[in-house]
Amino acid sequence: MKMTGAQAILEVLHREKVDTLFGIPGGVVIPLFDALYGDKRFNMVITKHEQGAIHAADGYARSSGKTGVCVVTSGPGATNIVTGLATAYMDSIPVVALTGQVPTALIGNDAFQEADTTGITRPVTKHSFIIKDPAELLIILKQAFYVARTGRPGPVVVDLPRDVTVSELDFEYPEEIKIPGYEPKVKGNARQIKRVMEAIGESKRPVLYAGGGIITSGASEELKAFVKKTGIPVTLTLMGMGGFPGNEPEFLGMLGMHGTKAANYAVDKCDLLIAIGSRFDDRVTGKLSMFAPNAKFIHIDIDPASISKNVVIDIPVVGDAKHILREMLKYAKALDIKKWLKEIEDWKKSHPLTYEDNDGFLHPQYVIEQLYRVTEGNAIITTEVGQNQMWAAQFFKYIRPRQFITSGGLGTMGYGLPAAIGAQLANPEATVIDIAGDGSIQMNIQELATITQNQLPIKVAILNNGYLGMVRQWQEFFFDKRYSATCLKRDKRCPEVCCNPGPQCPPYVPDFVKLAESYFAVGMRIQKKEDVEGALKEAIRVDKPVIMDFIVCPEENVTPMVPAGAPIHTMISSKEDAEKYLLA
Amino acid sequence: MEKEYTIATVVENKSGVLAHIAGLFSGRGYNISELSVGETENPEYSRMTIVVKGDEQVLEKIQKQLNRFIDVIKVWDLSSLPAVHRELILVKVKAQPSLKQEIFQIAEVFKGKVVDISHDTLTLEATGISEKIGAFINILRPYGILEIARTGRASISRGIIKGRVKSNG
Repeated sequence: MKMTGAQAILEVLHREKVDTLFGIPGGVVIPLFDALYGDKRFNMVITKHEQGAIHAADGYARSSGKTGVCVVTSGPGATNIVTGLATAYMDSIPVVALTGQVPTALIGNDAFQEADTTGITRPVTKHSFIIKDPAELLIILKQAFYVARTGRPGPVVVDLPRDVTVSELDFEYPEEIKIPGYEPKVKGNARQIKRVMEAIGESKRPVLYAGGGIITSGASEELKAFVKKTGIPVTLTLMGMGGFPGNEPEFLGMLGMHGTKAANYAVDKCDLLIAIGSRFDDRVTGKLSMFAPNAKFIHIDIDPASISKNVVIDIPVVGDAKHILREMLKYAKALDIKKWLKEIEDWKKSHPLTYEDNDGFLHPQYVIEQLYRVTEGNAIITTEVGQNQMWAAQFFKYIRPRQFITSGGLGTMGYGLPAAIGAQLANPEATVIDIAGDGSIQMNIQELATITQNQLPIKVAILNNGYLGMVRQWQEFFFDKRYSATCLKRDKRCPEVCCNPGPQCPPYVPDFVKLAESYFAVGMRIQKKEDVEGALKEAIRVDKPVIMDFIVCPEENVTPMVPAGAPIHTMISSKEDAEKYLLA
Repeated sequence: MEKEYTIATVVENKSGVLAHIAGLFSGRGYNISELSVGETENPEYSRMTIVVKGDEQVLEKIQKQLNRFIDVIKVWDLSSLPAVHRELILVKVKAQPSLKQEIFQIAEVFKGKVVDISHDTLTLEATGISEKIGAFINILRPYGILEIARTGRASISRGIIKGRVKSNG
């Protein structure tokens, strides 16, 4: 069948089961948007900024397991998605970004809105294609989707010069493709799996340390079954939250820099660490040479390059977590580790996550606890980055995969709001809540218009402390309370240096309640603990976007905390602890 | 221990692949000390020989990272296999008529060739392993070296080896 390049692209998207697109038109992609005009197969969601489009596509992918797709123009359109590509790359999220490009004849001439998109995006994508010949269009698009979603998933760019989209071609979509340099391994090596099970059988103090790979591979049920059968306690990374139910007794909480003491102590004292779909990130391991010093390491991962990257692994298994866990389940037996579990139980009891709650302030942790209660743990939570994100990880119990959507690896502020758009579109019936800080919400706040125009009843809970809170916390702990550039209330009238937030401070800019109104959303300001529950209930009841501005304790900290570069059993909770740590 | 390693890789013969691979080395902080590229027996593929300095772990990481690329077909560590390494050098030296005979003889000892001659210069070609090329340069240095062009080594394994099974994430 004859069609134009643009029509062929849409036909491919349809065959790849894509029905939602995110993007913004521009000069060279007019033919593609022209083909979309009135096409009922697609919901083309027009965001206000390309960064919003790519994060929305990413949030759509994370919350559904499908591949997110975004469509942007050349030059600035493409450069505006770079942060979103890097975000998806670091967290292994399948996204296909179609970027317009100037006509092939003009490439390299510094043409209007020209940028070397493949060159710029190569280091932050799984692969970056450019189609210079219409004859390659179908095969490359097929490859793009295949590469994005298989193996260790990731973002893929397809750069589309304008002439390719207006050329005429015969539509013959390849059924199957083979890429000589790409053969992801799914099945784990049987001998290695046997060695894993032997090591587990011999272990007296095992811990499972699972990450985002559990969610990507859809292995939560297998993980749960394995844990229930063996009794091995589980800790999760930030990316793994929801991969094992947060309300099960075997769950230790998150590990790492802002992990629970129980999780970090367990990892520190374990004799066998079973890593599945996690990558020994520095925020998890702390000081590498002192990470799990008595442990034998098992690492199950689909990416061979992750194995022995940071920690030398004793028993590696390359393959898909679901597949390998199924094999492991065949040999799993209940372990006799009562003493170890008792030790862990004692840590859990004596070191719960906690916060000061009787000082007259509204505390952000309380807001999240209430959010968990009011939603009965059923909401999809997206987050921004920083303190809001860590509290969201600590105080909300995620009971199923794809429920917690957060930028883990890159730590992209401004991610949560557009990601919520994607999550809500992929899950129309779900309550979707963006837990935000007052700093990061402003980094993509323009997407409130997208939310309103698409009638998405997304709720935004701003934990407004008037600071770039996580940086302020580090300044409090490690820089002698020198709050350089972190106060968000600061204006021209303020003293040169100041670390005393109070009633003398200038008013907050912007007024989030009035801002909500200008976007035809519901705005609420909550200052008192007793108003939190009612506000949340009301926010969830109304079928409209809602912005809740929770005015919280300005100098609240995320605790416990492992100072950067310290071993993970060194957990501090205050400036005084930090001073002691720095002296030691 | 810091050592020199020779990695050979077969990649897709497409624009952007060299940049992709060079970007891996710069982005992850590995140093390329030699690089040579050329088409293979299959015109769809190119072969690169890359020499890097580092330890065993760095070598392993580079191989794994290369294998992740979908435009990389095969990767070998030729430092751990029986292999032949050859580099080509072109050297332009000052050579007054009275010295030419002497320089011819040096070239002969190194199984080199004279590829260009002018009144005051000689341009010599030689191939061999890095040590031989180094010795060739050293012996020519006193005459006055005007220019050097080196290719970086091209390396190939001896006999038949089984290619690593490639697996990417």
